[in-house]
Amino acid sequence: MQQEQSIAFKTGMLSICLFILLGLLYLPPESVAQQESSVPPGTAIPDSIQLKPPIHIEVKDTPDDAGGSVTIRWEEQPVLENAVIQKYRILRASVENSVPGEFIFVGEATNRATVFSDGSTDDDSTYVYKVEAVYELKVDDTTVVTTTVQSSVSDEVSSSAQWFNFQRINVFVGVVLLSFFILYYIYQAQSGKKLFIRKIAGLEAVDEAVGRATEMGKKIFYIPGTQDMDNVQTIAGVTILGRVAEIAAQYDTWLEVPVSRSLVLVTAKEIVKEAYSKVGRPDAFREDQVHYLTDDQFGYAAGIDGMVVRERPATIFYMGAFYAESLILAETGNSIGAIQISGTAMPSQLPFFVAACDYTLIGEELFAASAYLSREPKLLGSLKGQDVGKALILISLLVGTILETFHIWQFSSLFKVIGE
Amino acid sequence: MEHVAVWIAAFLTLGIISFLYKDNPWYKLSEAIFVGISAGYWFVVLFWDNIYGKFWVGVFPPDVVDEAGNFVSHGVPDYALIVGAVLGVLMLARLLPGVGWISRWPLAFIVGCTSGLYLMNYFSSNIMRQVQGTIIPLFGIGYGASVYEIIGNIVIVGGTFAGLVYFFFSKEHRGAFGATAKVGIWVIMITFGASFGYTVMSRMSLLIGRIDFLFGDWLGLIK
Repeated sequence: MQQEQSIAFKTGMLSICLFILLGLLYLPPESVAQQESSVPPGTAIPDSIQLKPPIHIEVKDTPDDAGGSVTIRWEEQPVLENAVIQKYRILRASVENSVPGEFIFVGEATNRATVFSDGSTDDDSTYVYKVEAVYELKVDDTTVVTTTVQSSVSDEVSSSAQWFNFQRINVFVGVVLLSFFILYYIYQAQSGKKLFIRKIAGLEAVDEAVGRATEMGKKIFYIPGTQDMDNVQTIAGVTILGRVAEIAAQYDTWLEVPVSRSLVLVTAKEIVKEAYSKVGRPDAFREDQVHYLTDDQFGYAAGIDGMVVRERPATIFYMGAFYAESLILAETGNSIGAIQISGTAMPSQLPFFVAACDYTLIGEELFAASAYLSREPKLLGSLKGQDVGKALILISLLVGTILETFHIWQFSSLFKVIGE
Repeated sequence: MEHVAVWIAAFLTLGIISFLYKDNPWYKLSEAIFVGISAGYWFVVLFWDNIYGKFWVGVFPPDVVDEAGNFVSHGVPDYALIVGAVLGVLMLARLLPGVGWISRWPLAFIVGCTSGLYLMNYFSSNIMRQVQGTIIPLFGIGYGASVYEIIGNIVIVGGTFAGLVYFFFSKEHRGAFGATAKVGIWVIMITFGASFGYTVMSRMSLLIGRIDFLFGDWLGLIK
């Protein structure tokens, strides 16, 4: 009896397996995908509506990136009568020992999209993906239901980082060109070739400004901006500080540098100390010449304003990156009659400096200042190389505008930068 | 307690504003409190953000737990952070007589890395994207631009061209080159004028914010 039951059970199981196998063989490959439905119970989907799952799923590591991303593509779905795709949902499963785990939702794409980037992958893992189309079905005039159809499982894929971003080859070429010009002119300058540099009024006035403080027996204030040493304007500011400190040391004029960042404090101290040593007056340097106030932008401005009105320096330099404190500082300096020389590359703050200071170094002039003041061949060569780069840009502007105006060629595409 | 805080804030706000009259003891007190408290505040913020938040948590990461608080795995320590910590400690070398020069190494590292890292970013944002944005068809796409748009396009291209000529340092600004540079500085100054007005208006909102605090939160005159 027991043996008969066992035979019957096995026969039943075999029949079920054969039935499933035949069903799978009968269906087209795309239909192997599951059809999950959120159709309300009792609502039948008309036979006339044949929902198609997304097909031709392609997965690959996103190219030219730092890893952690996989790109999934699928074919555009045909337009169906009475059924529209609302969106696509992207499902992902990790693969271990060639067996995919549970699929999880990683993001969704609009109904017109055929590509999705999954930026949450781990480079050490392997994944498979499924794309799920979310359909909105019009069953009859009053009933609209939502149902989903999943694609087949994609091939396995892993993300990885690339050493070189080929999409930004134009930036690379530009940097190489500019570097070549700079290095060439540095070589020329170091070989003894005289390089011309035009007069910059704000920098011509540095000697005069320091001299004025000396004559009046008053201090010089040097404000290197409110940003840290990871800002190129701050670096330019502290470089100019070196030259100002040299002149101040020669004239035996007290130079005071209040700073708002610890790294700027250390750097400025080193630079001022070195400048004093360079002109043979290391004994004249005092540690408290360069001192810290606060990291807070307006606290720093309030502190400097107080010092300016109390100590009434004859000359104030503002060289570096400034934000909203620029006018507060420059206006206070102006009110005590100090000669003020400013320099920044912050476009929004330059108008305030232009209005309140005697001389202003505008943008690029700030970066040219160190070459101008020191006349070192290396810096002059660099400046000349940059000018050649600017000349190339001017030519590009002219040629590009003509070509685009007359619709000959979209020249500006050469300068298109893809990605961040 | 909140009431006391509002009164202190109002007292200090008026103290800072009193500088508009002249330097006075009230301003000096407010300034000293502002500078002192902000320096202390930033010390605490930087300590918890960097020394604890980045270094300590990075090198000694906590265990990973699930939503129910059950242990999942041990955190993965990032030992590369120790390099940064060592460079930070080297900065303190300047406090020791005789080895102060060592503090120049981390400085050189910071300045060098800054230059290298930002080279590509600045080149793409300050040069490539600017040039791409400036090269435009003067008469519009398909010659469909209006007179105003054409004038605007000419100002963009011509203004950028002339402005760039002004920033040539290795050539004397004479003749046609000098005239173009002069047009460039005029364009820059007109831009500054417009920017000045715009920024002043935005600064008014800061003033309005403080007035709103004084007459609203403090005096209760603005409901």
